[in-house]
Amino acid sequence: MGILNRLDSRIEQFETGNLMITSVDKLLNYARLSSMWQMFFGLACCAIEMMATSASHYDLDRFGIIPRPSPRHCDIILISGTVTLKMASRIKRLYDQMPEPKYVLSMGSCSNCGGPYWEHGYHVLKGIDRIIPVDVYVPGCPPRPEALLEGLLKVQEKIRTQSIAKQIKKA
Amino acid sequence: MPEVRTEEMLINMGPQHPSTHGVLRLFLTLEGEIVKDVRPYIGYLHRCFEKHTEAMTYPQVIPYTDRMDYLNSMSNEWSYVLGLEKLMGIEVPERVEYIRVVMAELQRIASHLVALGTYGNDAGAFTPFLYSFIDREKVLELFEITCGARLLYNYFWVGGLSHDIPANFQSKVKAFIKEFEPNIKMYNDLLSYNKIFIERTANTGILPLDVAINAGATGPILRASGLKYDLRKDEPYSIYHKFDFEIPVAEQEVGTVGDSWNRYMVRIKEMVQSLRIIEQAIDNIPEGDVSSAVPKRVKPPVGEIYSRTETPKGELGYYIISDGSLNPYRVKARSPSFVNLSILPKISKGHMMADLVMILGSLDIVLGCIDR
Amino acid sequence: MDINDVYNLLKKVFEDGIGELKTGIPVEDCIYVEAGKIEAVCFFLRDEERLQFDALMCLSGVDKDKTTLTTVYHLYSYALKHRLTIKVDVPKDNPVVQSVYQVWSTAEWHERESYDLLGIKYEGNPDLRRILLPEDWEGHPLLKDYKVQEFYNGMKVPY
Repeated sequence: MGILNRLDSRIEQFETGNLMITSVDKLLNYARLSSMWQMFFGLACCAIEMMATSASHYDLDRFGIIPRPSPRHCDIILISGTVTLKMASRIKRLYDQMPEPKYVLSMGSCSNCGGPYWEHGYHVLKGIDRIIPVDVYVPGCPPRPEALLEGLLKVQEKIRTQSIAKQIKKA
Repeated sequence: MPEVRTEEMLINMGPQHPSTHGVLRLFLTLEGEIVKDVRPYIGYLHRCFEKHTEAMTYPQVIPYTDRMDYLNSMSNEWSYVLGLEKLMGIEVPERVEYIRVVMAELQRIASHLVALGTYGNDAGAFTPFLYSFIDREKVLELFEITCGARLLYNYFWVGGLSHDIPANFQSKVKAFIKEFEPNIKMYNDLLSYNKIFIERTANTGILPLDVAINAGATGPILRASGLKYDLRKDEPYSIYHKFDFEIPVAEQEVGTVGDSWNRYMVRIKEMVQSLRIIEQAIDNIPEGDVSSAVPKRVKPPVGEIYSRTETPKGELGYYIISDGSLNPYRVKARSPSFVNLSILPKISKGHMMADLVMILGSLDIVLGCIDR
Repeated sequence: MDINDVYNLLKKVFEDGIGELKTGIPVEDCIYVEAGKIEAVCFFLRDEERLQFDALMCLSGVDKDKTTLTTVYHLYSYALKHRLTIKVDVPKDNPVVQSVYQVWSTAEWHERESYDLLGIKYEGNPDLRRILLPEDWEGHPLLKDYKVQEFYNGMKVPY
């Protein structure tokens, strides 16, 4: 009964029949956070750790995080490495191409704040948050796979608290 | 039948593309499926390594060398500290040399495993990637118990090492060799001699030897073109002269000498040789202190040096100019991937676009190393 | 052949095109060559039976001092297994060097990089554009007096 346990305790279950009652938000969020499709996109050293995380040892697939080659399929983009000024406009475009709701995870010091290149790196963007909004920062140079996993779980936590139903109502 | 009019098509591949191994942009001129011209555009990961070196002291540069070719950080550091040691005339303790050899060869295996896995991925075979990363994790664990980092180590210091190896290191390495050796056969069964894989890679992207030398190809790419040349044997540095190992070159086994399959296969064979070197070195590590020769201040005399080592990707050279101060005057990194990538337009013309992915993959480039 | 023999041989063939031979600095000796002669000298170094420098290991640009830029060529011979360092000095106000692209095709990208980061122009390079930095970048970063631009494409460059 994994799905019932993970949804919420406030879920109502009936003894007969496959019937249960929960809020739309809870169900939608559960679906969204369990299938965060990730943009297949690596930048620098952190990309190797990202690959290691999605490979067999750490197995990102178990969280429903599957790399997709097109931004139009994706829910989350991992900025895995140093963003240079030459690359920045491309990343902005990739981000713009992703459908809402979308999330950004900034992985590693370089994309958080410029990392070791903050002072003399004339061609390094000092923080990806200067061009796109970031949901979760993962520190480290590079972060361990466990740290990346925790960051992704934080994104899941964020999704869990959001309400799509209210947004639709407002619109 | 009326004549079919064809037009050239211009296509951008990258900088965000699953098979460009990073942020590389290829500008293709296609005629139908046939590649007429390839123009690589690089610099999307230019992190100003050379400017940093001028503002840092000599030891502070080492972490930045790590981040150049992030798949073989150990070898990057080695080339740099080797140059400084020569410039300053530092005699490195024997224990340090042995540990460095073991580390560099383990790193070579780890790097080639990534090359293998991602190359299989390029060909559409995802399984080898999953297997090779299991083995790579084991190597990374060995690095981690030694210096605490998985990917970027700052382990080789001028004159020594940052940490000594832990007590159980040797037994762990031996256990790794035991586990890993049979897996090479598995990789060969899974990928190397797979009929589909051979069809995709053999006889594509043939690089003749004279072109290879003239264009500056080094490492597995040069050896796949048939020249038995390895800096570890032909310009031995450190203690490589003490070990007995072969230099794998392309043979007339599958495909043509100089094609993508041979470039791939040379790497697989190199892993076997690396294991041989580690086996010889691991039991003979002498006792001693790994930091006894580390100078208090790294201040080389006025002078310059071009030091190069054989990294998994090829010849990595640092041209270091010292003006006698604590900061380098100029450090130029001659990165193997930079030169190897510049060969791509020469060998991919006339192939199908799908083959281009395989040719690019066989060069085993790392963008961090190309753009620095 | 040691460097003195190479130097004498070059001096005999090219006379004024060859500058001084610099020895005694730790680790590496080098030969200075005139900027306008470098291509011919390199062809000679590659094709001469006794030298056979068939590979260019590295080509680096250096900001030597306030008035001079240097291009450094590290040559290697796979056939004879020896190496040589050659330098070309050019003034900063007119930094033009002959390209050696025709001799070793390795040089093409290296020269572009040197042009990109230091502004040395290589005459004869078929594709002398910026290679690492964007086309519209201002200045050449590896010059010692380089001042980084404040903004690029609306993005702030310094921290």
